[in-house]
Amino acid sequence: MSAYTDTLPEIRWPDGPPKKAYDVVIIGGGGHGLSTAYYLATRHGITDVAVLEADYIASGNTGRNTTIIRANYGIPEAIRFYQHSLELYQGLEAATGADILFQTKGIFWIAHTEMAMRTERARAQMNTACGAKTYMRTPAELKELVPQVDLTGGGRYPVLGASHHVEGATARHDRVAWAFASGASRRGVEIHQHTPVTGLIRDGDGGRVVGVETAAGPIAAGVVLSAVGGRVTAMAAKAGVRLPIRTHPLHAFVTDDYAQGFGPILASTELACYVSQTERGQMLIGAEFDSQPSYSRQSSFAALRSYSYKITRLLPFLRELRILRTWAGICDISADYSPIMGATGVDGFLVTTGWGTWGFKAMPAGGEGMAELIATGRPSAFIAPFTLDRFRRDHVLADQGSAGTR
Amino acid sequence: MLWLDCPCCGRRPLDEFTFGGERRHVPDWITDPDERDFDDVWILENPDGLTTERWFHAAGCRRWLTVRRDTATDTVVEVVA
Repeated sequence: MSAYTDTLPEIRWPDGPPKKAYDVVIIGGGGHGLSTAYYLATRHGITDVAVLEADYIASGNTGRNTTIIRANYGIPEAIRFYQHSLELYQGLEAATGADILFQTKGIFWIAHTEMAMRTERARAQMNTACGAKTYMRTPAELKELVPQVDLTGGGRYPVLGASHHVEGATARHDRVAWAFASGASRRGVEIHQHTPVTGLIRDGDGGRVVGVETAAGPIAAGVVLSAVGGRVTAMAAKAGVRLPIRTHPLHAFVTDDYAQGFGPILASTELACYVSQTERGQMLIGAEFDSQPSYSRQSSFAALRSYSYKITRLLPFLRELRILRTWAGICDISADYSPIMGATGVDGFLVTTGWGTWGFKAMPAGGEGMAELIATGRPSAFIAPFTLDRFRRDHVLADQGSAGTR
Repeated sequence: MLWLDCPCCGRRPLDEFTFGGERRHVPDWITDPDERDFDDVWILENPDGLTTERWFHAAGCRRWLTVRRDTATDTVVEVVA
């Protein structure tokens, strides 16, 4: 045992196979599924809940993202929602008693063109108006706060300025999942790993969803929530629900140890890449997702080459480091780059999806919102704008510019 | 997926091509416009398996190709031309 494992919260795993019925069945033991279960148990006293995970908890995108928590989005609905999530994260260690290695670092979004500067100024203004703390910094101010940055951008991407989202943070992703799983399971929620859902049970032809099919047999449910990551198109189709989602791989890598220490999170508009340092000293680098959809988690040399080229324009010292480990996740990218939470048009079947490349920061507020919707039947003000029917109503929440990808 | 076999230029690196999206059917605008608008505008098949899509050889012959690809493995099955 190490100090690391000593401080992992305890999860109470169920003694046997799933029961024949639950009030709520949540498909997917990632951050959003576990967070929903946690808030159902803690806020609403609903504990007759099963979380069914096909693999092991946090094995999908929850354990594969670059762990950045921020609220510097581009539309009011998103800023309010993510700021609320950021605040829940700030209090999560106190609320759950689990150490999630939460660190406020500040995130700089660097602009290399006049158009990008206008975008960053607009972002700072709108963030401030909606409650997120984002301010503009000059190149000189940036250089003072981040001495490693090359203000010429390798000669090709000169730094004209940056927006500084001062509450930007990181946390250890698997610990966040374990914190929610621990809090939920200690209150009676059952988390069944290695239990893939193979079908949804309908009441008659095209009627209400009343349960799920698993290898261990059918399980009845008052409400079924799909908190599935990349493979959500196939899951929703089992209920006859069509989603405006494409599944794209996103790659990331860590370098070996950078001994000097690197405090903040850095991102770039033109280069669409981002970097931070993990608590183990590795530099963690991500960028935009692959242009073509795929369900393959194969890492790609082309992605490594492209990310490395981009990020070394800004931080030349990275050239001295070696790539230690690389991986990929498959992201459910919604058509307007905003999440989809709530009703599906099929009774008894809810979704929390479209988390694309932006799901980690949203786990607390997404779960809190879905739990309230399940408990009361009404969406909270935070999640109400993000319903699936916004596409039919022509109320899309286009926010691609905030996603750190393109 | 690193290469595409262009019928015009031969085997070329994927960087030369631009992804043009899943090949869509030509919409029939006549029946039930509400439902068809939603599907035609927003819904992709997004299959976990074989798909047919368009690629543009931007840094080559500048022709549009139709490509059959397996999204489960991200491998090209056939370039139809």
